[in-house]
Amino acid sequence: MGMTMSQKILAHHAGEKSVRAGQLIMAKLDLVLGNDITSPVAINEFPKFGKEKVFDKEKVALVPDHFAPNKDIKAATQCKCLRTFAKEQEITNYFEVGQMGVEHALLPEKGLVCAGDLVIGADSHTCTYGALGAFSTGVGSTDMACGMADGKDWFKVPSAIKFNLTGSFRPYVSGKDLILHIIGMIGVDGALYKSMEFSGPGVSNLTMDDRFTVCNMAIEAGAKNGIFPVDGKTLAYLSAHSKRKPVIYEADSDAVYDEVYDIDLSALKSTVAFPHLPENAKTFDEIGKVAIDQVVIGSCTNGRLSDLEAAASILKGRKVASGVRCIVLPATQKIWKEAMDEGLFDIFIDAGCAVSTPTCGPCLGGHMGILAEGERAVSTTNRNFVGRMGHVKSEVYLASPAVAAASAVTGFLTDPATLKEEE
Amino acid sequence: MQARGKVFRYGDNVDTDVIIPARYLNTSDPKELASHCMEDIDKTFVRKVEKGDIIVAEKNFGCGSSREHAPIAIKESGVSCVIAKTFARIFYRNSLNIALPILECPEAVDGIKAGDMVSVDFGKGTITDETTGKSYQAEPFPPFMQELVAAGGLANYMKKEGAK
Repeated sequence: MGMTMSQKILAHHAGEKSVRAGQLIMAKLDLVLGNDITSPVAINEFPKFGKEKVFDKEKVALVPDHFAPNKDIKAATQCKCLRTFAKEQEITNYFEVGQMGVEHALLPEKGLVCAGDLVIGADSHTCTYGALGAFSTGVGSTDMACGMADGKDWFKVPSAIKFNLTGSFRPYVSGKDLILHIIGMIGVDGALYKSMEFSGPGVSNLTMDDRFTVCNMAIEAGAKNGIFPVDGKTLAYLSAHSKRKPVIYEADSDAVYDEVYDIDLSALKSTVAFPHLPENAKTFDEIGKVAIDQVVIGSCTNGRLSDLEAAASILKGRKVASGVRCIVLPATQKIWKEAMDEGLFDIFIDAGCAVSTPTCGPCLGGHMGILAEGERAVSTTNRNFVGRMGHVKSEVYLASPAVAAASAVTGFLTDPATLKEEE
Repeated sequence: MQARGKVFRYGDNVDTDVIIPARYLNTSDPKELASHCMEDIDKTFVRKVEKGDIIVAEKNFGCGSSREHAPIAIKESGVSCVIAKTFARIFYRNSLNIALPILECPEAVDGIKAGDMVSVDFGKGTITDETTGKSYQAEPFPPFMQELVAAGGLANYMKKEGAK
């Protein structure tokens, strides 16, 4: 029986010729990631594994990005815990505020993930790196400690769902609309314990940023990982960012999938996930007038340069609606500088947006844009659970940067394709 | 290994943001985390929960963030077992890794009501609702996962494996 792309990467890292769905394996890791929320628990657990040093100081990445720059004294204490551990262990890939970015935008940019890698991260959106043809999955802090100590961890080999993509996006439609559409279709547990494998001729029409966004939200369908095949765009991205040699795995032609979905990208429309689950996906023909108080453009899902460019193209020459707060958070320092050099900040600031230093901040209700009771936000982030961005009686609407920017201009949930008519 | 306690009942897709909201994640102290456990979905949980109690929920329990603070908060609050139709995968492995017993058993979830007194025999995978007298059979864990929980979690398991 053939193997899926994900299964092949797992088999290789477990030293097995082949693996099958459901099999429990112990596999070697290429990278172990943690942030300022999850690492302190892992650092506390680390000595219990009986090792004094991490398995490879080049293969551990510590990124204080959630409540950093430190939002309060407790957060400062947690970031200090990372800093001290990184120094003691001589961790090469510790990123201090100033170099730090939102981890899942930062690690690919720094070339730390390569095609064919097996990566675990103590953050659920670690599945982002599947865009690079890596098997990458979110775990908890004890797994992170295990990975740091032993360079390996246990996995249950997943079965897979295949998404066969054809066509290309219409204007204003992007990777965010694709993944919200998929989650709306299969539900927040539609891919539970499984891989989401993307394939088909439509893949080549997706930018790398689209692919990062799609894989980023695989977890919102319950998936263990999302993964794209390696093509010319992947190799171009990797050669520009990583010094390592990509290892290319392809699904066998007789690989078995639990389900196969065909998706025509040209049929997709701008999509919004309503509170309080990412599966509550609606297109604008189903959306009435929904007034908003805040817009957040950023995060590991949509804080990359092309996301900021998409938002800026809409905000150019326009103003954020009176009574609306629009917060833009470039995901990394590099993206920040590129956006500044391209003149995007002029556009944002002239429109009345606040531009923040990189941080996960508002996405998880940490800081830099918390919602009060009864407030609504349109956000390019990944979760809209109860209380996610602040008060339990606040609401988060998940959307693309284009929808978020258009909504900032009108003060209502707005399809960017209709913006000209409304103005 | 056995558990016995009264049941707290929840619905579908209980996410880790309601189990332990991110606004409390500026600490990793288990006692402090436990003092806010389930706060955004059930304000009375912390006041009512007693050692040994059992959480019963519908599908996809623990979805969302990978925060291990969620199973830590549940375990520290005294809960002896979580029974659900399905668990989100990161919550599932986090629970096993910290030796918080969890069981998947759709029939038990359909049959058990809030406040029922329930006992669980983990070795056999049997769940008994003492209030109604009904028994349910959960899928037993594969041997590896049983060893993991019996060892007290992943750290002890890996140390034992390394010593072999």
